[in-house]
Amino acid sequence: MTSKGLLETDLELEAKLVSRREAIRRGAATSSTVAAGMAMASVPIALAAVAKDVFAQGALPGVIVDVLNFALTLEYLEAEFYTTGMNTPALIRPEWRNQFDQIRKHEVAHVAFLKATLGARAVSKPTFDYTAGNGSRNGPFRDVFTNEQTFTAVAQAFEDTGVRAYKGQAAYLMGNRDILVAALRIHSVEARHAGQIRRLRAQKAWIVGNSPGGLPPNTQPIYDGEANRFHFILAQPASGISMTHSFDEPLTKNQVLAIVNPFIVGGR
Amino acid sequence: MSSQLSTEILPGDSVPVATRREFLRRAAISTGLLASGAFSGCHVIGAAGRNKLDFGDDFGILNLALVLETTETRFYERVISSPPRDLRPGEFEILRDIKANERQHLRFFKRALGPLRVKVSDSNFSSIDFTSRQSVLEAARNFEDNGVATLNGAGRRVKLPEFLTIAGKLVSVEGRHSASLRDMLNPGSRDFAGDDVVDENGLDRAITPAESLARVSKFLVNPPRIVGL
Repeated sequence: MTSKGLLETDLELEAKLVSRREAIRRGAATSSTVAAGMAMASVPIALAAVAKDVFAQGALPGVIVDVLNFALTLEYLEAEFYTTGMNTPALIRPEWRNQFDQIRKHEVAHVAFLKATLGARAVSKPTFDYTAGNGSRNGPFRDVFTNEQTFTAVAQAFEDTGVRAYKGQAAYLMGNRDILVAALRIHSVEARHAGQIRRLRAQKAWIVGNSPGGLPPNTQPIYDGEANRFHFILAQPASGISMTHSFDEPLTKNQVLAIVNPFIVGGR
Repeated sequence: MSSQLSTEILPGDSVPVATRREFLRRAAISTGLLASGAFSGCHVIGAAGRNKLDFGDDFGILNLALVLETTETRFYERVISSPPRDLRPGEFEILRDIKANERQHLRFFKRALGPLRVKVSDSNFSSIDFTSRQSVLEAARNFEDNGVATLNGAGRRVKLPEFLTIAGKLVSVEGRHSASLRDMLNPGSRDFAGDDVVDENGLDRAITPAESLARVSKFLVNPPRIVGL
């Protein structure tokens, strides 16, 4: 383990997972999904495919399934949001479209990755109300797909929430390091998205204090607790506002659901 | 736990066992680490004040993070004390914020590690042209991307859930930094989360401690060596 590349590590991991799978289904041929994933030299796709094969046997602990389904719900929310936004003519100004397309591409990929990992245990996509109207389609963001400002505001809300949501769940995934690392790799991508959308909205890329960063007051729960200065067992000495934008803070699952439920018809 | 503390003695370590044990006990209690049960052996003592990163326990990854944050902080302090003249409007303020964030991160790791922190070598920034906006932003981007990939990779080995959460609190801030720097380098492009760092499954990079150290080593006069992996 002195100078091992990511690829080597992942290949080792594949071997491990494949051998676990073999132990479960002794003598069975490598499934076509796994073979296809590996033939494409697409390591994480292969990982997801292997994981699906292994965990379909019921090996994936319930706590991990719950976390991944929670994450999948958030990714469904984001993927459909950006897909709808990109498909709505004249909503996003031309010079921003490639950036939103890049974000859309990632969220769609996250949905596919989580679904592949969960296999038959993946939850299905809910119906969304992007006005945050609980299904009335007449919520506070009722012009979300006709007003670029509202669209980018909701995008910031989703991304900053997503970062906090993944952060809050990471410790529950420690029982499976392959899945944990994949979740962390999604988490930092959400942070990149959040930073860039905030920049498009003329905000700092980082969260200052518990400021909602130009979003309306009803979004305050997304930012509550961000002014925290206690980390692990240590308090960062008070030295101005920079302390608060140096650390992003987690949210619990229930805190996140309270934020996103108005966007989910029937709630979660 | 206490019986395990004296079971491992590093070759070449001349500190008497009783003293070492007592030192470790006090050091661990002082930072609350002993109570958490994160550390199983006495070899953590080998990392203290020495130029090596011992990955036998969580101190290895914490000290690696300390090396990265120290290097970043020194880099941004130099940028801010003498910024490139061709910075564009607003960019100085962004770099000043990032410097403040890295200083806070460094302060956290120094206090969390206490006497068990490694001594970080002097820096060598000869490969960076501090008079050039392009050179400074590219170096900054590389530092941030390395930080993100290192902390993502650390998820494979961090033992204590609290440290995983701390790593999460830092890594997303580094991700926000990287997105900003990448957008400054190529405004309006997809580079803030470009295909060079995010793969076709939408996953950011994750690297091993050895890869991380290899990337930061060229900025250190005397890079630490890795043991315990």
